[in-house]
Amino acid sequence: MTSSSGEIDARGLESARRKNASHGLSGGRFKPSWIPLHLLLVAGSLVMFVPFLWMLFSALKPLDEIFAQPPKLLPKVWQPQNFVTAWQGADFARAYLNSVYIAGLVTVLTLITCSMAAYAFARIRFPGRKVIFGIFLATMMVPFQLTVIPLYVIMGQLRWIDTHLALIVPPALFNAFGVFLLRQYVRGIPLELEEAASIDGAGRVRIFTTIILPLLRTPLVALGIFVFLGQWNSFFSPLIFLNSDRNFTIPLVVNQFKGAYSSDWTSLMAATTMAALPMLLIFIIAQRQIVQGIALSGSKT
Amino acid sequence: MALASDVKRRRRTEALWGYAFLTPQLIGLIAFMVGPLVFAIVLSFSSWDGLGSRTFVGLQNFIGVWQNDQLRQSWLNTAWFTALQVPGLLITGFFFAFFIQKAGRLTPFYRIFFFAPQVTSTVAVGAIWLWLLNPEISPISSLLKSLGVPNPPDWLQDPGTAIPAIVLVSIWQGLGYMIVMFVAGLQSISPTLMEAADIDGASEWQKLRKITVPLLSPTILFLSITSIIGSFQVFDYIYFFFDTTAPANAHTIVYDIVNIAFREFKFGFAAAIAVYLFLVLLALTGLQFLAQKRWVHYTE
Repeated sequence: MTSSSGEIDARGLESARRKNASHGLSGGRFKPSWIPLHLLLVAGSLVMFVPFLWMLFSALKPLDEIFAQPPKLLPKVWQPQNFVTAWQGADFARAYLNSVYIAGLVTVLTLITCSMAAYAFARIRFPGRKVIFGIFLATMMVPFQLTVIPLYVIMGQLRWIDTHLALIVPPALFNAFGVFLLRQYVRGIPLELEEAASIDGAGRVRIFTTIILPLLRTPLVALGIFVFLGQWNSFFSPLIFLNSDRNFTIPLVVNQFKGAYSSDWTSLMAATTMAALPMLLIFIIAQRQIVQGIALSGSKT
Repeated sequence: MALASDVKRRRRTEALWGYAFLTPQLIGLIAFMVGPLVFAIVLSFSSWDGLGSRTFVGLQNFIGVWQNDQLRQSWLNTAWFTALQVPGLLITGFFFAFFIQKAGRLTPFYRIFFFAPQVTSTVAVGAIWLWLLNPEISPISSLLKSLGVPNPPDWLQDPGTAIPAIVLVSIWQGLGYMIVMFVAGLQSISPTLMEAADIDGASEWQKLRKITVPLLSPTILFLSITSIIGSFQVFDYIYFFFDTTAPANAHTIVYDIVNIAFREFKFGFAAAIAVYLFLVLLALTGLQFLAQKRWVHYTE
């Protein structure tokens, strides 16, 4: 039953406020209920993080320690040479270079083409605008596995199989999700800004580059992080389209390494560490931007 | 008259600008999506190895999918994977989101750990878990043995544990995204609602059931639709764990599509399986949109 007395309401509200403010450590005052909360979160964090530690320390063990029972997390004898073996076992330098430039190029091109299309859909009147936008939205339901077979045939016709063009051009020229995300933001930009610029004699290109793009900074950064991460970690497309070692990206090199060094667990873990570490370090430095970018890309759909 | 033609001309210039800005993505749409989609549907009615001539075979591929024992098994495996993974992800994701947003200043600190696997490639995650699940060296099996379980399974090779083990790996990797999305949803719930409930003497459980879950239902719907689509397409882990020699109980539908298309070069047959996959995804998404009327609560 709800109490309607003003006095009780005020007192209740006050105690509720105090209760709310003391959530977590921001309230400043210690509360016994934090102990189970933080115990739970520390336990969860350990489950998430121990596999990474296991990877790193296993990469630093001699092979015979791997089979020790019961297994120990820390090495008895430290053997950083595993990283040298791994580095020499596959062309990691080239794979890093391939991954960085493919992911980077796809990201930059995607942001350009998507923001252009988003601007057209949001602000320019042309026949077929609604229908074409509807087609863009509908394609988001199509699984990549359905179009990948024809895409493979098309890439063969273009002689792009086993070249990076097959990995760069299709995602850079078509990203329905990116178009949709950015269009939502363009629609939120006040029209008056463009009208004012238009009166001052600015054309469409000028308005796009000097007004729209700067105001799209936040969603562009978010989409850029999303696209870069997806490309950097992509396994399916490179696996289908690439054949020669010198074209391989990081995930393909790790996959190849696993095949070639199937029983050399320590070197495989060293290779995995080299594959995972750059992005983990970037993530720890820029976690706020990365998490926000991914949350933003997800929540706008 | 002069004015009307002026308006007309300006409209045409406007339309040309529209198409100009759209051109790059429009080329992509046609060349890399609509064209391949139409071609895929044609292929699904054909027999073709990619080199010789293509022959029309009618519904033969579509019927063949149901006569293939491995494919029947793979559909079941994929459905089993989804049935375990999607609720698992949503429940653990909500659980940790609920507590992590109560951690105040420490929220970003905990988030680092939960989100780290999300920025790691599926291949690296696969390599770590290939190790953690290998019966000879698995610390998990060793832990189980010390807890009194006599014979821990060979996780990835035993038919009963292969799919659940891969589900576990995928939840470990995907949890961070779920937490971030749920935390965003939880933070958008107005604290005054909780204050009002506190005044009315509502218990934590009542607040969860009557306020938090209904107000989060749009987030839950979005996450369950995207997770189901994602989990029906699971491939990376399976291919990385088993290469081309996955046991029958670990095949998923996309794993079969890839093998049939790019190892056996049966493009038509593989396209027919992919068409079925597309239809299944459409049906599941459609069903969820129909069902949402019963449980999804929109505030606006």
